[in-house]
Amino acid sequence: MLRGENGAGKSTLMRIIAGLSEPTHGSVQVFGRQSREALAQIGYMAHAPLVYDELSGIENLKFFAQLYGIVSEQPPQEALTRVGLDPKLTRRVGQYSQGMRQRLSLARAIFHSPPLLLLDEPFSNVDPQSAGHIAQLLAEMRSSGTTILLITHQLGLLSNIADEFLFLSAGQLVSRSPAPQVPA
Amino acid sequence: MSRSVLKLTAANVAKDLRLEWRSRDVFNSMLFFAVLVVVIFSFSFEPTSEESRRIAGGLFWVAFLFSAVVALNQSWARELRNGVLDAYRVSPSPAESLFLGKCLGNFIFVAALECLMVPLFVVFYNLTSAGPVWQLLIVFLLGTWALVVIGTFFAAMSIRTRNRELMLPLLLLPLSIPAVVNMVKATSNVLTADSSPVPQIKFLAVYCLVFTTVCFVLFETVLNAE
Repeated sequence: MLRGENGAGKSTLMRIIAGLSEPTHGSVQVFGRQSREALAQIGYMAHAPLVYDELSGIENLKFFAQLYGIVSEQPPQEALTRVGLDPKLTRRVGQYSQGMRQRLSLARAIFHSPPLLLLDEPFSNVDPQSAGHIAQLLAEMRSSGTTILLITHQLGLLSNIADEFLFLSAGQLVSRSPAPQVPA
Repeated sequence: MSRSVLKLTAANVAKDLRLEWRSRDVFNSMLFFAVLVVVIFSFSFEPTSEESRRIAGGLFWVAFLFSAVVALNQSWARELRNGVLDAYRVSPSPAESLFLGKCLGNFIFVAALECLMVPLFVVFYNLTSAGPVWQLLIVFLLGTWALVVIGTFFAAMSIRTRNRELMLPLLLLPLSIPAVVNMVKATSNVLTADSSPVPQIKFLAVYCLVFTTVCFVLFETVLNAE
């Protein structure tokens, strides 16, 4: 779990790992390869939902699935079901509530079963019940071997399943501790 | 070009057509602008049939060029909403398929506009073609592709700038001048049958080939520039 004050560089670090931004110096390797060569193995959920408002949830996921070479409708449908959205919902995303958008955004990040999941504030704008549902889903994914790097200010939801806390300040890693020792 | 690029290009085109069908952002803006140009020029000049044949080439392409600018800005703006472009960039899909998909989508929009506008031009300017109409068709296909391919490229380049509506014409118009001059000349030559449009058609074919290749090669750099 990645922690730090506003402006500490948490989201920037995530964008660099996801291959969206270039580091000022140094390099990032994901599973032994440069980020941009390992994109199929990364799932990324940002502040913005990264989906089209004019399409329905399943239409969005089916389009993005094609970008990953997935032709079958099953992975997008399963991802929607796992985040608690109905795959048969024909309503356009523009008419979704904030919480539904957030869940769709998570579904978009996980439909291709990436071994590395980068989540930037997955619980923002989500009601407590849905947040609990998402936390449970992430716990299941962690148990099945997915590496999850997550930014959240709602520590209570995941502190019991997190392995490690990384604390950033002004772009520097200032502390790294096992989960129970939450830095003040 | 690999089969996967073509498949993804088709997926992008289908997605753009579906988005446009549901929002009609691009087409309505283009149509409104083009109709205004036709009507205003028609009432301002009241040209005779002979005069119309001489000026129609210029009118056509001015209307379509500026309408295309509107379309190109809109087509990329929808990729910025909700940060969707980032979803594309974090996927393993090749950038070329996005570029080709956008070019083909924009080509379809501008070509559809042209199909609607040509009858209006004929009515408002009492136009008849003295030369063979199939030559006009070639000029329109090549001219539209020329505008769309460099327009899509520069729209992608200017998408993250603060004044992108201003930036796109500033980048696009100077570079499109050689193509536009030849489109206008070729169109006028066909309409008046004064001289052959073949040299201009050849120029447009080369222009399309060169700029499609250059934009295709450079697009990934533009897409990933922050």
